[in-house]
Amino acid sequence: MNDISTHTLSVIVDNKSGVLGRVVGMFTSRGYNIDSLTVAEVDEDRSLSRITLMVTVTSMVVDQIKAQLERIVPVRKVLDLNDIGDFVNRELILVKVKAKGERRVESLRVADIFRARVIDSSGQSFIFELTGSAEKLDAFINLMKPLGLVEVSRTGAVAILRGAKALYN
Amino acid sequence: MNSNGAEIVLKTLVNLNVEVIFGYPGGAVLPLYDAIFKQNRIRHILVRHEQAAVHMAEGYARSTGKVGVVLVTSGPGATNTVTGLTDAFMDSIPVLCITGQVPTHLIGTDAFQEADTVGITSSCTKHNYLVKDITELEETLLEAFYVSKSGRPGPVVVDLPKDVQNDHANYNSLKIKRPASYRPLKRPNIGKIKELTEVILNSKKPIIYSGGGVINSGIKASLALRKLVDFLNVPVTTTIMGLGSIQASNPNFLGMLGMHGTYEANMAMYDCDLMICIGARFDDRVTGKIDSFSPKSKKIHIDIDPSSINKNVKVDFPLIGDAGVIMSLLLMDLKSSKIKINKEHLRRWWRRIEQWRKKDSLSFVDSSNTIKPQRVLKELNSAIKDKDAYITTEVGQHQMWAAQFIEFDKPNHWMTSGGLGTMGYGFPAAIGVQVAHPKKTVICIAGEASFLMNIQELSTLKQLNIPVKVFILNNQYLGMVRQWQQIFHGARYAESYSASLPDFCKLASSFGIKGIQIKNPKDIKKSIQEMLEYDGPVVVDVCVEKLENVYPMIPAGGAHNEMKFSDEDSNIAGTKEGMALV
Ligand SMILES: Cc1ncc(C[n+]2csc(CCOP(=O)(O)OP(=O)(O)O)c2C)c(N)n1
Ligand SMILES: [Mg+2]
Repeated sequence: MNDISTHTLSVIVDNKSGVLGRVVGMFTSRGYNIDSLTVAEVDEDRSLSRITLMVTVTSMVVDQIKAQLERIVPVRKVLDLNDIGDFVNRELILVKVKAKGERRVESLRVADIFRARVIDSSGQSFIFELTGSAEKLDAFINLMKPLGLVEVSRTGAVAILRGAKALYN
Repeated sequence: MNSNGAEIVLKTLVNLNVEVIFGYPGGAVLPLYDAIFKQNRIRHILVRHEQAAVHMAEGYARSTGKVGVVLVTSGPGATNTVTGLTDAFMDSIPVLCITGQVPTHLIGTDAFQEADTVGITSSCTKHNYLVKDITELEETLLEAFYVSKSGRPGPVVVDLPKDVQNDHANYNSLKIKRPASYRPLKRPNIGKIKELTEVILNSKKPIIYSGGGVINSGIKASLALRKLVDFLNVPVTTTIMGLGSIQASNPNFLGMLGMHGTYEANMAMYDCDLMICIGARFDDRVTGKIDSFSPKSKKIHIDIDPSSINKNVKVDFPLIGDAGVIMSLLLMDLKSSKIKINKEHLRRWWRRIEQWRKKDSLSFVDSSNTIKPQRVLKELNSAIKDKDAYITTEVGQHQMWAAQFIEFDKPNHWMTSGGLGTMGYGFPAAIGVQVAHPKKTVICIAGEASFLMNIQELSTLKQLNIPVKVFILNNQYLGMVRQWQQIFHGARYAESYSASLPDFCKLASSFGIKGIQIKNPKDIKKSIQEMLEYDGPVVVDVCVEKLENVYPMIPAGGAHNEMKFSDEDSNIAGTKEGMALV
């Protein structure tokens, strides 16, 4: 029973008011934890939104989560990307570093190694933008901490299958 | 044709063949009540509390298979429906509840009688809608109705701001449309049916465990179940929700299973090698201790709702689809199969079951001084035997005794709050049933405490003047609470005495309703006859033994083979983990 692992779910929903609330409400009312959640409209013509959810649970629980999500009327499709095949998973982060002198130079060097972009700078601060896997972003944050990291904003993961196959159309 | 929103609602409901609305007016639904006043197609039943409106709609729905419709005002009207909606949600009952709302421009301002109805009801409905634009009204109502009754049925709320009720638009006589995202019915996988056939025919100790899903699937499903049971000659048990799906008189019926189920049903569930679960959901009242639940069996689970599969119990052969459709396909496949079920194994299995049956686990010690609740229900059962009666219950000991002693040969004749266990359900539900079946015998088997929870509906009953019988097993206790306190809390009866009870006969008579009291065991038969023969509503106050307990019982946290049969049974207190259960 101890087959706990992290699943990335793509949930295609009607972009109507309150749908995100229903999805999140299901997790709250049934006591499941969400690791990460992102949502945005992905098909304006048909008014579809895509929710990417990450959960760390047993396979029995992930099946239950999928079935419970499918019961929600405006939910069109629920896919566990881990079941379907290889997928890429990306997150975007904005990191504000406040530093002078040597630490300021060092933060630029670390950013360069990670290929983070400087999107704002002042006499005593930088804002870096970086995309990548959660692990990569975590590593970046850890290196920036001693260099004057003061604030982080993260999107949570989005994910998509590799190859030509489309999940919905 | 140009109509206002309120008229569109009424026309749409007529289009959906709605005959009756259970409701209560208020400021935010005045246009709707005006539209009701101006028409005569749909009957409106004025309740005395909005919770009761939902229970009436549930009773109406469960006894007819149709959708029950409710209309209430905004704010307190809407919040009063929450218990009813939750009850309907837990028991998968189709209810359409239309709630008034403050006008759209005031939403979000904490306006007078504003409540976030969609937010509040989103976790106790199958789905809900806020209609902000009159052009979406007709379609939304049709969709809501469809969602409510299709797939696994459930309650749906449509929240309707007052300005939308007053707005004008064309009524279009649209057809019901399935929302694109909603797929209530999966066609059963035919290949899997073959697999089930093989598993069933190779089993040695099979049992069918049938639930409310079989009732919900319609009369055809109950007929298919009967054929299946007869063809295979297998034992069958039901949940409290499934009573009536198989005839109580069917020799293969082992009675209800679970916490207060029969010994033979629970032992057969424990010992079987194949469990065929149809339209039931492995509720904790049914499974008992989950680790010891039917440890030796393979499990088939037929259900319309994929989220019921593997939720509480891991099963070996899940099959998603309508219970009636699947049973019919299965029966055809079983009949055409070359393999046959092994008669010798089955005979041995039945011999075993007959041994358990001999225990006579529903037996009780009768008394000539006091009225035993079991005795009075047995009498009631024989008195209504040929009457095609409809029974509802409240919640508590009387509910369990009713489930044990009233025999149902047909589906849709037994209405009880199984999932939520809502005291106050039974009496309004009985009114809803009687509204649907004006000529039939409808009896609410009640506890005195539960009856007090929606007793204001006596006024509704008198107004309708329909012949609902309220049959109170008055033990002067919150009996089920007292039983648990006796067993698990050292007989410290904290707040479980029904203090300051009214005289129910006088109370009924103050509403203009006939009251009968039964105090002496000798009068039981005669008074039941008097009740049944009286052409009108009756409240019967049966003064029963106060301290009687419901047996058999699997103490909370116990396994199916750990049943207790009487107060004298040792070690009934169960486990520490069990103490935490409800
Ligand atoms: C609304 C509600 N509140 C509390 C309970 C908990 N409860 C379950 S049974 C019961 C006692 C019911 O008493 P009564 O109606 O007299 O029935 P009896 O058990 O005595 O037959 C209580 C309080 C409940 N089920 N529903
Ligand atoms: Mg009582």
